[in-house]
Amino acid sequence: MFKKMKSGLSGLRQRLSKTHNSIMGGVEGAAPTMSREEFLETLEESLITSDIGVATSLDIAERIRSKGGQNVARLQEYLRDYLYDILKEVEAPLKIERSPFMVLVMGVNGVGKTTTIGKLSAHLSSAGKSVILGAGDTFRAAASEQLELWGRRTGCDVISQSIGTDPGAVTFDTIKAAIGRYANIILLDTAGRLHTKSNLMDELKKINRIAGRELAGAPHEKLLVLDASTGQNALNQARLFNEAIGVTGIVLTKLDGTAKGGIIVPLAKELKIPIRYIGVGEGVEDLREFKAREFVEAII
Amino acid sequence: MLESLSDKFGKVLRDVRGRGTLSESNINETLKDVRLALLEADVNFKVVKDFVASIREKALGKEVLESLTPGQQFTKIVHDELTAILGGEDSVLELSGRPAVIMLCGLQGSGKTTTAAKLAYALKKQGRSPYLVPADLFRLAAVHQLKTLAGGINVDCFDSTEYNTPAEVCTEALRIAGLKKYDTLIVDTAGRLHIDETLMGELGGLKTILKPAEILFVADSMTGQDAVNTAKGFDASLDVTGVILTKFDGDARGGAALSMRMITGKPIKYIGTGEKVECLEVFHPQRVAGRILDLGDVLTLVEKAQTTIDEKEAVALQKKIKKDTFTLDDFKDQLKRIRKMGSLDNILSMIPGFGAMKKAKNIDFDESEMTRIEAIINSMTGEERRNPACLNASRRKRIATGSGTRVQDINKFMKQYQQMRKMMKKIKKSGGAGLKGMFQNMM
Repeated sequence: MFKKMKSGLSGLRQRLSKTHNSIMGGVEGAAPTMSREEFLETLEESLITSDIGVATSLDIAERIRSKGGQNVARLQEYLRDYLYDILKEVEAPLKIERSPFMVLVMGVNGVGKTTTIGKLSAHLSSAGKSVILGAGDTFRAAASEQLELWGRRTGCDVISQSIGTDPGAVTFDTIKAAIGRYANIILLDTAGRLHTKSNLMDELKKINRIAGRELAGAPHEKLLVLDASTGQNALNQARLFNEAIGVTGIVLTKLDGTAKGGIIVPLAKELKIPIRYIGVGEGVEDLREFKAREFVEAII
Repeated sequence: MLESLSDKFGKVLRDVRGRGTLSESNINETLKDVRLALLEADVNFKVVKDFVASIREKALGKEVLESLTPGQQFTKIVHDELTAILGGEDSVLELSGRPAVIMLCGLQGSGKTTTAAKLAYALKKQGRSPYLVPADLFRLAAVHQLKTLAGGINVDCFDSTEYNTPAEVCTEALRIAGLKKYDTLIVDTAGRLHIDETLMGELGGLKTILKPAEILFVADSMTGQDAVNTAKGFDASLDVTGVILTKFDGDARGGAALSMRMITGKPIKYIGTGEKVECLEVFHPQRVAGRILDLGDVLTLVEKAQTTIDEKEAVALQKKIKKDTFTLDDFKDQLKRIRKMGSLDNILSMIPGFGAMKKAKNIDFDESEMTRIEAIINSMTGEERRNPACLNASRRKRIATGSGTRVQDINKFMKQYQQMRKMMKKIKKSGGAGLKGMFQNMM
């Protein structure tokens, strides 16, 4: 579907180098000079600090302990297999099976929702789809302007209302417009909300309800945007958003800026929600479809 | 905020305080729990190591083991150590130079633009005349965002739309600040990664132009130890003067707060505690340590109350309670004041032991409940507010329609109101002693 979306290992390794160094940096090169205990401890510490999760890290270290040997190449191979088994379960690209297809984009403040929508709209419209953007963030100053500028850049219509409007109303308008203009895809932006604020989560439920009422089965994709540099807190965010309206897909952004890309592992293991895209840079082409194999090879 | 950490620490310390005597093995056992709690809260490995070692050394001293109240001694040590790693003393904003320049920098999405407006608002309240400068020309609509925020708080904002580079913006803004006599410049910059050499170089250039008194690194407090590494990166190329932690009102684990000072050596100056523009608090290491240990933060609570309630009003209120003329109008006023102080959860978390209580009773505060009550009162006539006894079924029905609630909601609220009146009578009789009872009843 996304012809222009980059794939393959090219560049990904470099973009995820921080996470790679965090996991492998400690043992790479130094392994031959380390004592057995040092080696295992370093590995365990590296895994924990890369946010792979305490339980998983301990499990891996235990397995390596019983295996013996501290050959880095073999360790690498082992880790790749181990993590691939977990991550392949959440490799499931977004399938757009009907028209209009509605994507509700949500997440806490500052994770990159609007930017992700902008980039997605660029990919989708260059693949020949007609996309309509809904400026459901009616709280943050200039959020709708930001989306409108994206719309201008990618040639998509943007439905917006003045600041402070009920986002439910924007949802309604956007769906009506999409149906009226025969758009293929609706990308609805929402205001950033901390997952711990029950009133804001109620607002999200309302948006979800209105979407379902105005368009059968909508939102067809409930996409949660998570900032990878958040570390373990991302897990909590995913849990609570999932409890509120059910998350059907995840976008993990800002993976290039963090050593904590390991968070993807507990996310996959615990929530089993498909990871649709990963963000590894500022460019439009840096939003990529998630491929478990190439991801594992880039971080290990 | 910091709930999970405060939860665990509260539990560990309660266990310790419950003991009559402490032995070395007790302490080691406790420290193990402390270590795990900190690691899970994303606190930097090295910081945890030093912290635990330092507590162990002090706790195994004579004062604790031979004390009659070893648990409390131990708590004090932990509190002192926490305060120390959070930075010890409060750190004030350095505002030398005319205009004094504050430059904000950080990763994408950390909250720089919102923080810029919050800072401007806080400084304006202190009597300064701030000037907001949007130098983020990269993110779409960032300039517009700051302009809108500035309009909302009546602070002037430089118009960056005509300029092509942040350097041009800063040069021109400085010139205008000189002409128009602004005394503080707050410069918002584009989010960037510290490993991006070109963009870091650009910030260095802005620093040369602006000669800022403060270069503040704005970090999302939900970020774990990685925030600290980023801060180190920014510091290395810019020599940052302090840190602002944003989104502190979420369920941040505390890793950033606890590691920042120790690893970077830079003080945390402010924390962002909510979406509204007034939600920026000075960072008090001692008080935050108290909150983490679930010992409460009564000082901040009192300060907040003082800034929202003035003395005259408080006396008038007391009189009303004494004379038993506390009407629904007064109730609405009080409600408004409480809301001005910030979110309920935030306020209540400053009460000692509240964390444990909240957990035990599974209390979730619904802010919309307060909105509902306000709507109910607003839908009443003056007569009804003064004399709620006249509320018959038909009046209640009308109020429910008017406020978009149900009659049950009105009934429930009236019951609560009657209870409160009763409670007030009790306070009147017993002096202050009834207050505690009232509080317990509320829970």
